[in-house]
Amino acid sequence: MADAAFDPLASARPGASGRVAGARAMWREANAIQKAAFVVAVLLLAAAALAPLIAPHDPVAQTLIARLRPPVGFERFKEGHLLGTDELGRDVLSRVLWGLRLTLALAFAGAIIGLLLGGVLGLLSGMAGGVTDDLVMGAVDAQIAIPFTLVALLILAVFGSSLQVMVIVLGLYGWEQYARIVRGEVRKLMRMPFVEAAVAAGASRPRIAFRHLLPNIVSPLVVQFTLSLSNIVLQESTLSFLGMGVQPPTATLGSMVGIGRDYMPTAPWIVIFPALAILLLTFAVQILGDWLRDRADVRLRSR
Amino acid sequence: MIAYAVRVIAKALVTFLAIVTLVFFFTRITGNPIDYVIGQGITQEDRALLMTYFGLDQPLWLQYLRFLRAFVDGEFGLSFVERRPVTEIVADRLWPSLQLLGSGLALTLLLSIPLGIVAAIERKSWIGNAVMSFAFIGYAIPNFVLATFLILIFAYWLNWLPVVGNGTALHFIMPTITLSGVMIAALTRFTRNAMLDVLGQDYMRTARAKGLSERQGLFKHGLRNASITILSVIGLQVAGLAASGNVVVEAIFAWPGIGDLLVRSAIQRDYPVLQFGVIAVSVAVLTVNALVDIAYAYADPRIRLARA
Repeated sequence: MADAAFDPLASARPGASGRVAGARAMWREANAIQKAAFVVAVLLLAAAALAPLIAPHDPVAQTLIARLRPPVGFERFKEGHLLGTDELGRDVLSRVLWGLRLTLALAFAGAIIGLLLGGVLGLLSGMAGGVTDDLVMGAVDAQIAIPFTLVALLILAVFGSSLQVMVIVLGLYGWEQYARIVRGEVRKLMRMPFVEAAVAAGASRPRIAFRHLLPNIVSPLVVQFTLSLSNIVLQESTLSFLGMGVQPPTATLGSMVGIGRDYMPTAPWIVIFPALAILLLTFAVQILGDWLRDRADVRLRSR
Repeated sequence: MIAYAVRVIAKALVTFLAIVTLVFFFTRITGNPIDYVIGQGITQEDRALLMTYFGLDQPLWLQYLRFLRAFVDGEFGLSFVERRPVTEIVADRLWPSLQLLGSGLALTLLLSIPLGIVAAIERKSWIGNAVMSFAFIGYAIPNFVLATFLILIFAYWLNWLPVVGNGTALHFIMPTITLSGVMIAALTRFTRNAMLDVLGQDYMRTARAKGLSERQGLFKHGLRNASITILSVIGLQVAGLAASGNVVVEAIFAWPGIGDLLVRSAIQRDYPVLQFGVIAVSVAVLTVNALVDIAYAYADPRIRLARA
């Protein structure tokens, strides 16, 4: 590491070979809740990845003679539909698994786009300075002043709601945070001796950016990525819940809660299971994000 | 001080212009908004007539200038759906939104500031941990999930509370709780951290040394100093949370406010309303931010000197 002071996770990974040991130490220091969150996150990821294999039914297959059947243990339970069926006789468990899969896929796609967009803009802004910097930071200020839900509504109203538009909307989430972080770090690093040395040695701008700057910004970006992942899950679920997201019959967890609301008095399980899945997901990811942030932020450790 | 205020206002104006420009060009990116609304079954003559009616037949830059002029003469155009001035439509929705925001903010302040102070003082005991766990749950639980469970329990199972509308005081309970959940969680965390920062300061030790009781020191020196930070957080963070939360909460409970209007016009693709609504809400957030910024500098000379 060229400069330990600018690598907040330095103690967690003393070197490339120490990375595994660092991860082990991290696990040892974690409390029970953090460990549980990690296990839950892994299980949810596995469930989402294996949805096509483990889902007992086709998530959009309708069985109209077995509509609104309750989960196992209740009267009128129908064999084979562990968590009951919805208003069109679709298997709730299968829809939750497939919905989880789509929610997670959208969240990862959105988070990666946001990271790239914000990262590139922040890098440009921090390295170029001047007018570029003013323009990018002006856009950042504007983005901060408009609540994101409104931006999303505007985009979805213009382009209509489809899977592709949803990815773009979620990709726009949080770009301003990445841009600010990267710009701040870049400006700090640009004054460091090793960067000045590289500039003096005649290194090209891309080389400086990718070889000298980016490796030193990875840690705060990882933390921000985890935190924004849980926020993106929230945004996607909220938009789908409002009926502005992915359109039926495709289900995400949010749209299942949104549509199931109409049947809440008589068939609450249609809503309860996807809502619980959202809770598990956001809690687990949020706990992991806070955990990473606390580890990265040395100032917090003394508290 | 005045120089500082002028700079804050100037920056807010630039941001405002950026927002207006972005919003305007955004709704024109994909071509003519009218085509999304009216669909296929319309003759060319009727389409042309509608375009003239809504001023969409003019060149883009002229439309942009007219759009900017609206901020001077207040002519923000007509709703595609209702054929009424958008200003009127939004104004009709203002009062219910303010009522909900008011009750949400009141509940937030009432709960989160005492909780934050307690969490700071009792940070090593189970009480502090309990408060922070509560704050974490409030932060991680999506407001529509919270609303769904509230409705399930209190409206459908217990039959205590009404679900839609804003007729009586009972109608306020669930929307207020849903709206303030995230805000309470965020503000409790910030209050705790602000108090922790203050408690570690030298003047707190001085207060103790000169014989003030813990309680006197806490309220006279601690809270007063922390309140500056807390106020700025309320303005900067909570304003944004309230605006976003309002949209969701109003849509869920069919609350006749601006948030509900925005979701409806997004679904109906009623651009003039959506455009004006988004700008109006952003301006409100921007204004609150600027006012808080100035108040913050006024209350704490260190700020205006450091940023000068």
